[in-house]
Amino acid sequence: MWHTLTSEQELLRDTTARFLGDRVPLSRQRKELRHDPVGFDPGYWKEGAELGWTMLLVDEAHGGGSVSGRGAVDLALIAHEFGRHAAPGPLVDCNVVAAALSGASAGMGQDALGEILTGQAIAACCLGAAPWDLPGQGALTIRREGGDMVIDGTVRPVESGAQARWLLVTGRGDGGITQVLVPADAAGVVIRPLGSIDVTRRFAAVTFEGVRVSADAVLGVPGEGAPALARQLQNAAVMLSAEAVGAMDAAFAMTLDWAFDRYTFGRALASYQAIKHRFADLKSWLEASHAVSDAAAEAVADGAASAMEVASAARAYVGEQGVELAQDCVQLHGGIGVTYEHDLHFYLRRVTLNRLLHGTPADHRRLIAALQIEREKAA
Amino acid sequence: MSDTMESVEQFRQRAREWIRANLGPIQPWDISQNCENDEEELRAVARDRALQRKLFDGGFAGLCFPREYGGQGLSPEHQRAFNEELVGHEFPSRFAVPTFSPCASVLLEFGTEEQKARHLPAILKGDEVWVQMLSEPGGGSDVAGITTSAVRDGDDWVINGSKVWTSRAWWADWGLILARTNWNVPKHQGLSVFILPLHQPGIEIHRIERLTGETEACQEFLTDVRVPDSDRVGEIDAGWTIGTRWMYHERLGSNSPYVTRPEGYASESPTEASTVALARRAGRLDDAATRELIGESRMLEIVTHELQRRLSSAAASGKGNTDTSSVDRLFRAMAGVRRSTIAFELAGADAAAWTLEEEDGHGAPGMRFLMRQVSCIGGGTTEIARNVIAERVLGMPREASGDKGVPFRDVPRGARRG
Repeated sequence: MWHTLTSEQELLRDTTARFLGDRVPLSRQRKELRHDPVGFDPGYWKEGAELGWTMLLVDEAHGGGSVSGRGAVDLALIAHEFGRHAAPGPLVDCNVVAAALSGASAGMGQDALGEILTGQAIAACCLGAAPWDLPGQGALTIRREGGDMVIDGTVRPVESGAQARWLLVTGRGDGGITQVLVPADAAGVVIRPLGSIDVTRRFAAVTFEGVRVSADAVLGVPGEGAPALARQLQNAAVMLSAEAVGAMDAAFAMTLDWAFDRYTFGRALASYQAIKHRFADLKSWLEASHAVSDAAAEAVADGAASAMEVASAARAYVGEQGVELAQDCVQLHGGIGVTYEHDLHFYLRRVTLNRLLHGTPADHRRLIAALQIEREKAA
Repeated sequence: MSDTMESVEQFRQRAREWIRANLGPIQPWDISQNCENDEEELRAVARDRALQRKLFDGGFAGLCFPREYGGQGLSPEHQRAFNEELVGHEFPSRFAVPTFSPCASVLLEFGTEEQKARHLPAILKGDEVWVQMLSEPGGGSDVAGITTSAVRDGDDWVINGSKVWTSRAWWADWGLILARTNWNVPKHQGLSVFILPLHQPGIEIHRIERLTGETEACQEFLTDVRVPDSDRVGEIDAGWTIGTRWMYHERLGSNSPYVTRPEGYASESPTEASTVALARRAGRLDDAATRELIGESRMLEIVTHELQRRLSSAAASGKGNTDTSSVDRLFRAMAGVRRSTIAFELAGADAAAWTLEEEDGHGAPGMRFLMRQVSCIGGGTTEIARNVIAERVLGMPREASGDKGVPFRDVPRGARRG
């Protein structure tokens, strides 16, 4: 994270950190929240929304507002705390959808935005088409039929799919990317909860069986949703990376302590050069992850021309190296690192899961390549 | 003076206009550094000297150097703005490292008034190119273990020994040298720093041919070289104080605020084929695995750049220390290794053999791959960087050493150093 913050940003971060520490300490997530169908108490998400969790990417005219004028940077501070606390809650998708609806005209979109901002409703992204798809790929189709849009296909995993009231659905149609806002209780939407690798988060498979919505549910123009989707992926990248870096920070710190406390053959683990060198590598990955994650937040906040590329670089790098760091932390802990009683697995789960959402590292690497190929063509 | 300092944005505007009016496009020799032959290299050197002079005359040389030594007395932010505006333009690349960082930076920090007044303006004007005489044949990363000796003789010092890996010594002007002035104290306490002209009787310069055939690095043999005491930098036997800052500036290298060079991601050499071009030539551009490698290489380039930016902003805000530059050093090396492997992989069998006409772009990935480990060796190995990070950044116990507290003359030395 950044070395210098404004006092308002520090307040935002510290308030969230305190709240998460009080409401969802790992001791609670380990036990009673583990089997909770939602993963958090009623009221937790609404109170979080009051702390500003869902408003930072939405402009003031639509009921949002940031602390520093750079909403994505402020939101990255929140996401970082989510990572450090392995906190539950649909932070990523709610903010992506809120930002996407920020420019929406009156009607259903405005209703949904109002509910997301106050934390009354949860939103989920059903990413059924993406810019890194290979030809013929893509899980959802959205076609025009009369005055309606008809959605077919299955997307999985969808975060908070079973808890969401609103679905931002992305699919192929009209010769390109089409996005529609769908109420989760629309006819033909079938939601099946899934088991997942993270005990703190909830996922579902969402199937659209000829789901019909009226044309005014379309965000933007049918077939021309690619630029809006790119912005959404950038926002997701900022949060997923910042969260992962927060989790990496926590895992690294606890492993470093362990290396000093644990003695073998009459010496601290930290005194072995083989271990020291391993920690040096981890430290370099951690610092690099901070750097590219922060850079992504800044580029996205500023709407820089490089935003997509830096955001994808953050997702590709942090996605890959975050998992390697967490697995090395397990290795350095030894057997205790794979026990449920230990805290480490919460962070391992967080980085492992974040690696896979809104594009895998491989997807983002291909996206970066496509951007470079475009650039060299233009040169 | 700071209250009258030009704003960065105002300066940027002025710099942009001047750069566009006065500097041509970037040239292959600005980045690749190594010309086909000595004649070409010497022409490029002359051109770099003229370019440095042009910067000086335009009021853009030594932006962070004090005005009394010919600099501009501006801030690192001004230098960064200038570097950003410089992207795509020619620049005096042979002055960047090691002349400005570490050599001129060390002089500025530790030189006497006379030394600074004599050399800093000369460097800024393009009259003096410097080399650093640090490494020795007997040991690389253990810098404080050097055995080149300086013995006092009246008003002079007499230097004997050998230095190695001094790039460009065969045509450069001055050297900054670390020598042992006291053998009866532990190794860090008996070192001193001197400056000397490179081309003089008593200094024999050999060129080292690397496995690529390139001969830019040199080894110097110093025999009874006399250096006046007025060319000593810093106190006698206090050379390690300077040495640690010297190595700090060396690690900063082209990221130093004293260095003028284009800033940004797009720093690839124009003579090197891009990963995209390599893949296209190999007929594999549309392959998904190829795309991933291209993306990974670019990703590493971006992350390397952002890490350096993060660490220098930490240093500027007082939250970093000189040891955190080892994090940058380690990451840069490992990313460089991976990127050179990727380029080699993308080129496929074309990296193995090529016609003369294809040489620049075509053969390079193979050659660069053979030289891959250089980025993990030069400037202190990555193993040393890992020690520094573990011990000084993370506070882990130090490695056992055989020379701690022992007078240097009693320190065990291998056969080659004996």
